[in-house]
Amino acid sequence: MAHAHSHTSAMDAGKASVAARTRAQAAARTGAGASNRASNRAVPPSAPRPARARRLLTPWLFLLAPLTLLVTFTYAPIANMVAYSFTDWDGVSPELHYTGAENYAELFTREDLFQVFWVSGYYLAASVIQIVAALYFATILSFSVRFRNFFKGVLFFPSLVNGVAIGFVFLYFFQDGGTFDTVLGLFGHHTDHAWLGTPVSANVSLAGVSIWRYLGMNFVLFLGAIQSVPGELYEAAELDGAGRWHQFRYIIAPGIRPVLTLTVILSVSGSLSAFEIPYIMTGGATGTETFVIQTVKLAFQFNKTGLASAAAVVLLLIILLVTWVQRRLVPDDRVDLV
Amino acid sequence: MTRRVVARTLVYLSLIGATLVVLLPLGVVLLTSLKTETETAHGSGALTLPRHPFNFHNYATAFRDGGMLTAFGNTAFILVVSVGGTVLIGSMTAYAIDRFTFRFRKLVVALFLIAALVPGVTTQVATFQIVHSLGMFDTRWAPIALYMGTDIVSIYIFLQFVRSIPISLDEAARLDGANAFTIYRKIIFPLLKPAIATVVIVKGIAVYNDFYIPFLYMPSQDLGVISTSLFRFKGPYSAHWETISAGAVLVILPTLIVFLALQKYIYNGFMRGATR
Repeated sequence: MAHAHSHTSAMDAGKASVAARTRAQAAARTGAGASNRASNRAVPPSAPRPARARRLLTPWLFLLAPLTLLVTFTYAPIANMVAYSFTDWDGVSPELHYTGAENYAELFTREDLFQVFWVSGYYLAASVIQIVAALYFATILSFSVRFRNFFKGVLFFPSLVNGVAIGFVFLYFFQDGGTFDTVLGLFGHHTDHAWLGTPVSANVSLAGVSIWRYLGMNFVLFLGAIQSVPGELYEAAELDGAGRWHQFRYIIAPGIRPVLTLTVILSVSGSLSAFEIPYIMTGGATGTETFVIQTVKLAFQFNKTGLASAAAVVLLLIILLVTWVQRRLVPDDRVDLV
Repeated sequence: MTRRVVARTLVYLSLIGATLVVLLPLGVVLLTSLKTETETAHGSGALTLPRHPFNFHNYATAFRDGGMLTAFGNTAFILVVSVGGTVLIGSMTAYAIDRFTFRFRKLVVALFLIAALVPGVTTQVATFQIVHSLGMFDTRWAPIALYMGTDIVSIYIFLQFVRSIPISLDEAARLDGANAFTIYRKIIFPLLKPAIATVVIVKGIAVYNDFYIPFLYMPSQDLGVISTSLFRFKGPYSAHWETISAGAVLVILPTLIVFLALQKYIYNGFMRGATR
């Protein structure tokens, strides 16, 4: 930003000198030069009052709509949410009572409310597998492989597909006698296990679907990062006799570190706020309720706006905490808006 | 040498395995969508081919009875308005932040930065009340306003591009008598084309696929977008996998066409969007 600053001031100075020159010429013509020039120096010559006001106002005119939307739909809700979380409001009635930290206490002491955190564990474990697999495929597809673009497209495509469609595709996949059972049958393994029928099996299945859905996005980001590593590095390494593993360890891994940390943090907050796949496929039944499903149910089915707000505040704080820890661990110099 | 061959074979095997895992569930749904009711009911198996491969009866049912036509109309309207709005808002914000020095500039930047960390799903409990009090609940303006108002990533993308436009262009125009709005409209905006393409792709796909916001804010049947209309198949067609499959294929097909046509831009778009 510094260079922009110097540009504008240099330009202002230029304009000022032009203005001063014309004024001096005019003054010389009328013969009242001395007093005029003195007053010129007192007031900045480049900006007469209305023009200056306009210049001060201009950026705010551009920011009017964005800031209004930002405050209305991001900051006002956060403020309201924090306020609701200390009340027993039901979301509709005009009456509400201040209840202190009761909602928070309820959240952490009621077994059934707290267990959604264990469900996040399945999604966290899934994201570990997902990141490792994405790294593997990004690495092998960054070297020359036949049908490279085909494989790249196939791996990436699921991340573009509508979540509801994915939910249905996999409801059929895990259905009794559906795709999965049929494929297992091909290998001679016949089973009538209801994949979405017990908590552990259902959560594992749902977490598997989320790997299927999000792996492609991680993969493409890793691939992009790997390909931005200059090619000479690989050539030099190959001349030095480095194998694929050493190339990965010493060239690829350092090159993708920023993207990797970003992915890890997105995975953590994604695991905590998993919603679409479990909601569409099971509606949170058989122990698959996630934090966000629970919050949505509390707020919109059971009219417990106060308790739901407390839950949302807790989730928000956890995610901000994770982000903060990540920023401390890996100082990111690229986030420099100013 | 043999070790190399083995390694290469394993690499290809893993790629083929992944391809099967990705394509098999989708392919089976495509097959199912072409089957008749009796074929799916009598459990001929998920992997069998449909008896009449050009049986589009289920698609007609999904389109007519499932309200997919209305859904595509609603999605198209919301998509065009909100993506257009996002482009305008994002580019204006980026222009104001990068090209002007004004009081509270750092505060404004910080407001946008912090908002980027807040996941939208967490605040809906309270956002709902605000949308409701503005009279936007159960109208198409609720998702439009939320999509336009809470997109920070596109502001980042525009900011990067505005920075790369040389300031001398602004100055030259200003010397010719152009004011800030003319500079934005005639110089900055046209030069932002690559960023606009990125934002349109990333935002367009996100809006097309979003389920949460239309589900919360537009419960009316006739305000269904593709996600919510497809979701409603779950009740009436719960045993009719051939109709549900046809609906799913109808939703996935446009995505596939867009992906095949714009592959290069889509990859670039997402890489830019994520690494901001």
